[in-house]
Amino acid sequence: MSEVRAEWPLYEVFVRGKRGLNHVHVGSLHAADDDMALRHARDVYTRRNEGVSIWVVQSKDIAASSPDEKDPMFAPSNDKVYRHPTFYEIPDNVPHM
Amino acid sequence: MTDTATDPLQAGFDTTIGHGDRIEPRDWMPDGYRRTLVRQIAQHAHSEIIGMQPEGAWIGRAPSLRRKAILLAKVQDEAGHGLYLYSACETLGVSRGELTEKLISGAQKYSSIFNYPTLSYADVGTIGWLVDGAAICNQVPLCRTSFGPYGRAMIRICKEESFHQRQGYELLMTMMRGTEAQRAMVQESVNRFWWPALMMFGPPDDESPNSAQSMAWGIKRNSNDDLRQRFVDMSVPQAQALGVTFPDPELRWNAERGHHDFGQPDWDEFMQVVKGNGPCNTQRIAHRRKAHEEGAWVREAATAYAAKQAAAAHGQEGAA
Repeated sequence: MSEVRAEWPLYEVFVRGKRGLNHVHVGSLHAADDDMALRHARDVYTRRNEGVSIWVVQSKDIAASSPDEKDPMFAPSNDKVYRHPTFYEIPDNVPHM
Repeated sequence: MTDTATDPLQAGFDTTIGHGDRIEPRDWMPDGYRRTLVRQIAQHAHSEIIGMQPEGAWIGRAPSLRRKAILLAKVQDEAGHGLYLYSACETLGVSRGELTEKLISGAQKYSSIFNYPTLSYADVGTIGWLVDGAAICNQVPLCRTSFGPYGRAMIRICKEESFHQRQGYELLMTMMRGTEAQRAMVQESVNRFWWPALMMFGPPDDESPNSAQSMAWGIKRNSNDDLRQRFVDMSVPQAQALGVTFPDPELRWNAERGHHDFGQPDWDEFMQVVKGNGPCNTQRIAHRRKAHEEGAWVREAATAYAAKQAAAAHGQEGAA
């Protein structure tokens, strides 16, 4: 009977606070399937109008970068200062720039 | 202690804590830090779940539809708080099933306050005012705790606790405007809950062996005695406005310190309740165990239904 004793899968929950905002991760929960995950997410994370839309996704389906690799992972963005507007000298008398 | 000069993982952890930054689930952390967090967050989650029982007992006996709706919403919030915290605890690598087992086997604890009975409807008000008030004092600093998921759960919880405290105080104000018997019921309830509420902050600092390490790790932000003092100072004017007294002959304003002096709770009683000998320990755990066991068929049925639906969807894909 170990199969039925197994826990419901873990889902991550993302809520859009209001129109115009991104969905933001708010936490996780267990549910037997996607429909139940959405219902549980409504009851657990939006009891006071916290959202207008909910996404749920099984935690095992999320691929994540590893914190140990953070230096090599994000190094390419560190040495490209020319990607930032402040890299360029524009005289003060040039308006609207 | 690990030699930080030779251990880059420990050094990275120490730097993050030193900067007041948050540790996140996939970061390396010392075993002791992880163990302390699991113990504290689990105890906190269990307290929310067991905390549904003392007040839940009054839902069917609420004096009006308004009070019943409020109490239902409040007890539902406690369930939600438990779930936020279980979710945070699971990011440390423990499973929900393991946490539930450890609660009903007594291997993990919950707050001693929930082992006291609720004898009258005034207790619903007193719990909101004093017990949730004490919880707020404990919890607000935890919003800045060093473990990210715990702090984020606490922010959600603190937003909702304010409703809990205010509905309790308003309930008591309503009773104080009632009959002599109702006022006496409020005072009697406050008398019973005052000392257990003070115990919620834990033992005095010099008898709290884990506190120093927890503060060094940024898990705890204030000492037990500091938070207890803050709670007493906040509660005294609220009691005066309500028209009740606290059952402590040593309670008085100390102008020199700028704080109230107050007596110590009965710490022997506290230790007895923590050990499982409080008035309701057995009943609380038995109820939780019963709910868990009697819910097993629902969990199994939902799992079987999900498997069947998934198999059917898979079959259709195969046929198409």
